[in-house]
Amino acid sequence: MNRDAIRRARSTLVVWLSALAVLLALVPLAMILFFVVARGLFSLNLAFFTHMPAPVGEAGGGMANSIVGTLMLLGIGALFAVPIGVISGIYAAEFQGTRLATMVQFAADTLNGVPSIVIGVFVYGIAVLPVKQFSALAGSLALGIMMIPIITRTTEELVKLVPISLREGALALGATRARATMSVVLPAAAPGIITGVVLALARIAGETAPLLFTAFNNRFFSTSLNQPISSLTVQVFTYAISPYEEWHRQAWAGALVLVMLVLSCSILARLATRRLERLQTGQ
Amino acid sequence: MFKGRELGFRLGTGAVAFCIVLIVVAIGWELVRQSQLSIAKFGMGFWVHDIWDPVSGEFGARPFIWGTLYSSVLALLLAGPIALGIAIFLSELCPAPLRTPLTFLTELLAAIPSIVYGLWGIYVLVPIVRSVETSIPESLKALPLFSGPPVGVGMLAAVLILAVMVIPFAASVAREVLKAVPMSQREAAYALGATKWEAIQAALYYARTGIIGAIMLGFGRALGETMAVTMVIGNTPKISLSLLAPQYTMAAVVANEFSEAADELYLDALIEVGLVLFIITLTVNVISRLLIWKMNRPAVKRKVVKVAVSPVGEAA
Repeated sequence: MNRDAIRRARSTLVVWLSALAVLLALVPLAMILFFVVARGLFSLNLAFFTHMPAPVGEAGGGMANSIVGTLMLLGIGALFAVPIGVISGIYAAEFQGTRLATMVQFAADTLNGVPSIVIGVFVYGIAVLPVKQFSALAGSLALGIMMIPIITRTTEELVKLVPISLREGALALGATRARATMSVVLPAAAPGIITGVVLALARIAGETAPLLFTAFNNRFFSTSLNQPISSLTVQVFTYAISPYEEWHRQAWAGALVLVMLVLSCSILARLATRRLERLQTGQ
Repeated sequence: MFKGRELGFRLGTGAVAFCIVLIVVAIGWELVRQSQLSIAKFGMGFWVHDIWDPVSGEFGARPFIWGTLYSSVLALLLAGPIALGIAIFLSELCPAPLRTPLTFLTELLAAIPSIVYGLWGIYVLVPIVRSVETSIPESLKALPLFSGPPVGVGMLAAVLILAVMVIPFAASVAREVLKAVPMSQREAAYALGATKWEAIQAALYYARTGIIGAIMLGFGRALGETMAVTMVIGNTPKISLSLLAPQYTMAAVVANEFSEAADELYLDALIEVGLVLFIITLTVNVISRLLIWKMNRPAVKRKVVKVAVSPVGEAA
């Protein structure tokens, strides 16, 4: 009887400890969000989006060039990462179990685990060193390489989520496998794939390390592909480690913009994938 | 015709998919190629040499390897139990209406950019850490773990921030692994009169390889984490056991010194640091993935049943 009581007490204790673990993880989340919002909101204004960085000592200024830079880097990166990622994802889902599909899944997971700074060094070697010039193109190449595995795995998951009956219907009508995939399965998975891409973009928008010595930074407004370009993350980093109070404020504002971008995309993606899951369970 | 298109679809998508494999190989090859000078000059000594002196052209990566491994191991010691607790709570115990929002919130931690962690680390966490460090009693300061002046930036701040960043990764993989444990495992435990915790233990035991894999995956993340660590660890290439001491990691030294590397040898040495980091993270990731994969597909029957083909059947 006594032993049972101890066992039961131990069980209750573990239940409470694991609930405590969840709370423990939520404390830093709340703290980070609180500080980013509290300090960022304070210095976020219209000028932040429309003005260029102010020189040291001058108040005001914004990150217009960095915002444009980040969007450009992401856009060009996505331009080649999305096709590669989506097609690889289709392959991995369509031909799952084949040796190449397993290899691709494994390579995607491995690439996903390669530290972002190493991707930066790699791209420096192939795109900066040969031409001796930091460039927006090199930066977007680095970001693109980081997007590929995320997009691949999301596409794969979502293609697998499409009800098998849809595919079977197409095949029964005499469609080839390629046609069934392209005209029936993909359109059904498309909303999910698009949200997956958006999510990948949001994740990669927050990357700093791969840009440090590929896109570098630029104090001026630039949209040239073969010139260094500024980005939100590198600019926040530069400001954060600077000794100037005014720049710290700008860094917090930049962090707030980044966090809002990432959070809104995450929530959006969450809602969209839920719809697809419902399709799968047939409700 | 039919067949041809089918083959074209397979080959076409397969060729694109193969690009991913090529990229991974190219990363390794390029890192080796770009660090030739350093590899030729220092050989394997690079891994164990203590001095990092760009002025005299002497480069050894040991302080960085130490800093990376030490910070990641400590972070995992802290994050591992918490991540496991979260996984257990969310997959086994959580009341249904709370499950989705809580899962979403813990995963949000993974979505916050590393640079934001770094910014928060410098201006919020480091001052807190400093005040904690100053209040460490003298008797504890005698231990090597707490020696040195309380400066705030250093190993402790890096470990804390790494732990927070790694928790969501390890937790979400561990949750997936626990989800893959057949319900019958728990039911069998309950049928034998087990308490909740004992049933969970049964599930944990069943999922042990996958859980180790999940924790190792978090370890891989911690090894490669760059910005946040760079901003709080103090960037001093000196091996120390002390939590208070400023140290350096491989990712941080590459991020900090790469654009100011003046001569070829310096640059090659930095790229070789990247190569060492690549090799270590690759090893950790491959092992953890294998563990998780092994866990997630135990249902596949390994035994091949040989059916004897009877000559009678063939004749008929």
